[in-house]
Parts: sequence; C-alpha cells; structure tokens
Amino acid sequence: MRKPRTKPAAASKYQPVRPFTEEEFSRVRRVLGQKVLFVQGDAAVSYGALLAGCRFFAGYPITPATETSEILSQLLPRVGGVCIQMEDEIASVGAIIGASRAGAKSMTATSGPGFSLMQENIGYAAMTETPCVIVDVQRSGPSTGQPTEGAQGDIMQAKWGSHGDYELIALSPSTVQECLDLTIDAFNLSEIYSVPVILLTDGIIGHMREKVVLPEFEEVELVWRKAPTRPKDEFQPFFDDGSKIPETATFGTGYHTYITGLTHSDTGYPATDSQPEHHRLVSRLCAKIRDNRDKIIKVQKDYQDGAEENTIGIVSYGVTSRSVNSAVKLLRREGLNIDHLRIITNWPFPEKEVAELAGRAGRIVIPELNLGQVYHSVREAAAGQCDIVPMWKTGGEMHTPDEIIRVVKGNG
Amino acid sequence: MKTEMRFVAFGGQGIVLAGVMMGEAAIADGINAVQSQSYGPESRGGAAKSEVIISDEDIDYPMVVEADCLVALSQPGYDRYVGEVKPDGTILVDRDLVEIDQPPRSGSFYHLPFAKTADKLGNRIVTNVVVLGSVCAITGAVSKEKLAAAVKSNVPGKYLELNLRAFEEGYSLGQEALKRREAEAK
Repeated sequence: MRKPRTKPAAASKYQPVRPFTEEEFSRVRRVLGQKVLFVQGDAAVSYGALLAGCRFFAGYPITPATETSEILSQLLPRVGGVCIQMEDEIASVGAIIGASRAGAKSMTATSGPGFSLMQENIGYAAMTETPCVIVDVQRSGPSTGQPTEGAQGDIMQAKWGSHGDYELIALSPSTVQECLDLTIDAFNLSEIYSVPVILLTDGIIGHMREKVVLPEFEEVELVWRKAPTRPKDEFQPFFDDGSKIPETATFGTGYHTYITGLTHSDTGYPATDSQPEHHRLVSRLCAKIRDNRDKIIKVQKDYQDGAEENTIGIVSYGVTSRSVNSAVKLLRREGLNIDHLRIITNWPFPEKEVAELAGRAGRIVIPELNLGQVYHSVREAAAGQCDIVPMWKTGGEMHTPDEIIRVVKGNG
Repeated sequence: MKTEMRFVAFGGQGIVLAGVMMGEAAIADGINAVQSQSYGPESRGGAAKSEVIISDEDIDYPMVVEADCLVALSQPGYDRYVGEVKPDGTILVDRDLVEIDQPPRSGSFYHLPFAKTADKLGNRIVTNVVVLGSVCAITGAVSKEKLAAAVKSNVPGKYLELNLRAFEEGYSLGQEALKRREAEAK
C-alpha cells in the first residue's frame, strides 16, 4: 500500500529563496578556504556565485568555461546546493529557469557555441521574468572557432540573441577580482529586476590567474527577489504594483503561479490575441530596465581635469580595458590628454556617458576583440559629435599597449 | 619593480603549475601577480607556455612582450622565444633538453641540468620544481620561503618530500651558477 504523503512539495529540502544568514555566508567562506586566493577567472565566477547565494547550477562543459562547472560540481553539494550536467545548453537554461522558479538562485556557464544554443530559453527567461545568471566566457567564433582563445564577439548577441522586444542586463569584468564582484552584482540585478543577467567574461580572463580577495559578510550587499505581499487568493504573478517589477512566488508555496512564454495577462494565463495586452507586457519588460538605467549602469571614468579641445577619448570594456590602462599611462607621460571611459555594464548601453565623452573629446578610439560591435553603439550615442576610430582585432590575442598608442597618436 | 617571466616547454613538463606556484608565492609576499598559459589540445607533447608577471604595482596589460626571465625546457620553445628577452634579461635553459650552438648575445645565460637533477632524485616529474628553485635563487623575484610554501600546497602529500628536496637542489644549483657568474665577471 502506498504511504500517505506527509509533506507538501514545498517542504522539500530545498528552501525557497530567502536572505542568507551570516552563518550561511560563513559556511561558504569556510568551504572556499583562505581569504586571499590566486585563482582563474572561471574560479572567481564560481566563488562569486556561491557567495551571492547561488544554490543551483546546470551546464554543459565547454572550453573555456568548463572550470566553472567543475568547481561548482565539487562545491555546491558542500553548501546544500545542486549541480547538474545537462545534455546540452538549451536544457541548461531550461533547468536554471525551473530551479529559479522553484526558489533557488541559479546559474549556468558556457562559451560562444553554447551561448548561441541558449538564446531561445534566454528569451523565455526574459518573457517569464525569471531571475537567473548566464555566464558567457567568450571565445573566437563564428561556430566552434578557437576554443582555447579569448574574444569579445558576443556583445551584440547578448542583447539581441533572442527574438522579439525585451531588455536584459550584461556585465563585462576586466580582472579576476571583478569576475567575482560582478557575479555577485549579476545575481543582485537579476533578483531586483526579475531578469536574466549575462556575465560576459572571455577566454583570457577566464583562464588567467590573479589575486582575489574574498569579501566579508558586512562588505557585500546581497539582494533577494521580492516575495508576495498580497494574500494568496489575490496574488497575480505578473501584476504591476507601479514598480514595473512583479513579485515572485516560488512554485509550490501555495500562490497561484503560472508562467508561459506566450503573451500573458497579469494572471500568467495566455492572452495571445490581444494587441493591447501584448504591447503593455513587452513595453513593461523593456521599461523596467530602461527606466532604471541610472541605477543599473556602471562605468569607470578615468578623465583628466579641464578637458581641452585636443582631448582624445578611449572607450573600452572587459579584458581590453587592461591594454588601454597600460596605454593611457604611457600616453599621459608623453603629455597627451586622454579620457578613458571603461564600460562595465554593456547592456543597457551607457549612451549618456558615451555622449558626454563625445562632447569632451576630439575623437574616440574604441578597441575591441571583434570586427566592430560596441563601435556601432558608441557611434550611435556620439551622434556625430566627434570622430569614432575603431580598432578591431580577432584571433585570440589582446591589443598590445603599443598598438593602441599608435592609433591614438594617429599613426595606426 | 616588475618581473615578467616566460616558461616554455612541452606539455606535461609542469610549467603551467610552475607559473601558478610562482604567482602564489608573489601573492603571499604581498605583491601582485598575473599568470596565464597557452597549450595545445594534447595532455602531453604539444607546445606549452606559461607566463607570470610579478609586480609591486597594479598589473594592467597581463601578457609578456619581452621577458625579464625566460625558462626553456624544450628546443622548439627555446628557438621560438629566445629572441623575445630584454637585453638585460635572464635566460635559463635545460642543459640536456636544449642544444645551444652559441649562447644568445644579450642577457645572463644559464645552461643548467634541471632534468638531470630531477633524475638523480629519482623522478623526472619534479623537473619543474628544480627549475623553480633555480629561478628563485637567480632572480630573487619571490621569497624562497613563500615559494617553498607554494610548492607544499600544490603537490600531493605522497610526493611532498621529493618535491621539497627538488626545490632545495634547484635552489643550490641556481646559487652555485650565480656564484660562478660573479666570479667570472671579476
């Protein structure tokens, strides 16, 4: 005879999303060992995820992202989490969406070919407003390209990879420490805005080892999704309380939650034949990010005081910023006026910041490890205020500081 | 002070790990380090390169252009990179694995028996740790104490004794070579 069910599904061993106690955070720190580490970018991403409260990882191994799967497969079970190797990248995003809806902060990691496969479900995560983090350790493409080499070829795909109108957030770290810090940011942003967040690292930083200092509990701000505030019988999973960001109820906790990739009303049920309903929904999906761009966007301005007409602007992001930093130091030593804008948040794009730089500088140099991606966004934002000089390089090697210096001086 | 090191060898000779241990020692010394590597798809035999930059300042551009110190354990690695060493750089080459027609014109050149020293200790696998001992003695880029600690934390317990002996042997090998050079210079 079957045993009667004594526990509802919600009382399974995986607790719904809720803030960490200091004890839980300390447990992660103990598992990670020393406070100061010398580790690869992929490892820093894994550690950042654990510290941010990620308790579910699903992925399909791919160079140069495999280390994240390996590390989390060892560490997640030790902090009460789950790590699954899926059959492919499509299923990986499906799994993290499901896990997120079941109450776990969740993540996957991949590289170019896998990122291409993930696009359909990234759109599903955007449409269903499911918080999750997707790490793309970029390598040269198209197709399988150069597996062991780094690149910055997926910037546009991160924004436009799925079909239809939606907004998401994408971040670009330039150091191994930032791989950890921005992974925590990525989780926080995904929880605040109920949106998939893409962390765009690359094969160079992913495999590079550098010093990482793990944060203390008081030093990190950790955010957890907005829980239902209305009574169970009044709760609607996509109701806009004016913030444009719906409250999220964990599946199995007694709240009515129905999610679908189809156009839906506040109840979550399909409303596919309604033009106003669809327009209202996708407008809100975009507005919840666009309206909050000032809170979301992070850049680093390394500007010289008293900009003059001969100021030269440089816009950089990700690993390329490191070549630019070296070049800027040398160029300033020679007396040149250089304003360097480092983009940390690639999406939403920091248009205002680029426009401001374009107003200060005679021209803007934009080096990137692709054949022209952020160049187009920079040109659009600069709106003809100054010349935009692209520096495109592919094949797995970074721009050397000398290459940048030559172009900045106009001898490229 | 900034030291850019490049280790070149065949895959399987342990130079990626050597670079990692060098970087860990630098961090323990309280300075900055960046380590990167490139290698072929084979687990043994292909060309392997490991680079470490050690600096008391922030390290921006993380790649080595011209090395302050080149360590070569393979002929193709030596041939490919011997020209990319700073004029006052240091070049350490395995005496038995790399044949040299004539020493390079610039830099301090050391032709030392790393692999032979490891053989004498009973296992060629510790060649990379012999190398680390010598690099530490000759360049002084990191402290001996912290480098030995990095070796300790990276090798399995069963081989700890052997590796620490290899490190000490390598260190002596480097010290003697340095003394010989100083004597010749006088």
